[in-house]
Amino acid sequence: MEILAIIGAFVSLAGSLFLLLAAIGIFRMPDTYNRMQTGTKATTLGSLLFFVGIGMANPSWWGKLLALTIFIFITNPLSSHVLARALHFIGKSPLLKGSKDPDVRDDLEAVESLETKEGDLV
Amino acid sequence: MSMTILIVMGVLMLSGGIAALYIKDTVSAIVAAGVVSLLASVIFLIVGAPDVAMTEAAIGSALTTVVFLFAWSRIKEAEKEKDTLESDSAEEGGE
Amino acid sequence: MADIIFNIAAVIALAAFVITFYRIIVGPELGDRVVALDAMTIMALSGITFLAHLLGRIIYLDVALVYGLISFLGVIAVARYMERGL
Repeated sequence: MEILAIIGAFVSLAGSLFLLLAAIGIFRMPDTYNRMQTGTKATTLGSLLFFVGIGMANPSWWGKLLALTIFIFITNPLSSHVLARALHFIGKSPLLKGSKDPDVRDDLEAVESLETKEGDLV
Repeated sequence: MSMTILIVMGVLMLSGGIAALYIKDTVSAIVAAGVVSLLASVIFLIVGAPDVAMTEAAIGSALTTVVFLFAWSRIKEAEKEKDTLESDSAEEGGE
Repeated sequence: MADIIFNIAAVIALAAFVITFYRIIVGPELGDRVVALDAMTIMALSGITFLAHLLGRIIYLDVALVYGLISFLGVIAVARYMERGL
């Protein structure tokens, strides 16, 4: 039982490191979409590992922890999707300025010309 | 360990309240107030009141945010209607 | 042994919580703050689960369950407000 608790503690440590990675990503990423990407995926995996670790240390708790894990796996990508959709529909454009890809640069120029046209109309 | 978490949560709660005071955008201030209620919920949990923490999570984090957003969007709609009415009357007066 | 490693994991998760809180304060727009709120909710769920392990009370997991459900509704409400007004 002690061995299982130690393994669970290490799994929880890995999960908390993923949570820290998510926090650093939210801290340093330059754009809202980037922050959303790093903040959702890494926290989902990190919380999964954390719950698995706690469940290994307390084996009789697995029912509620499983419910919590399934719940987070459903709601976290869903809320991120709804938020990205809302940001897209209010017209927030993703950050493309620093990109080295020529296709992305062409798309950026097309979008900028379109935006200036719409600005003239308004 | 729980004392450390308590102190950190208290400091974050204080700074969250000050941030909610000084943020210019109203909806962002509503989000900051929601964060304050999240931290309050964790503090209630640490001091040993899980029922109060559950109530704080339900009311402070969801219901308050939704009611504030609902009221704010109604205020914006009313302001917009008032502006259109005033502009219409101004155009009629000009003619 | 296991308790020490669990405490280290909790301290790292707490540091992540504090770093994410910075984005709530200085986030330039509403979207950044809502993203940070979402991430902070998940980190708080992990913290609540750790508290349940630390204090040995399974009833705290119910609080985590309710909190996940409710804060999801809050994020949905803010997103809907941003899209077309609530």
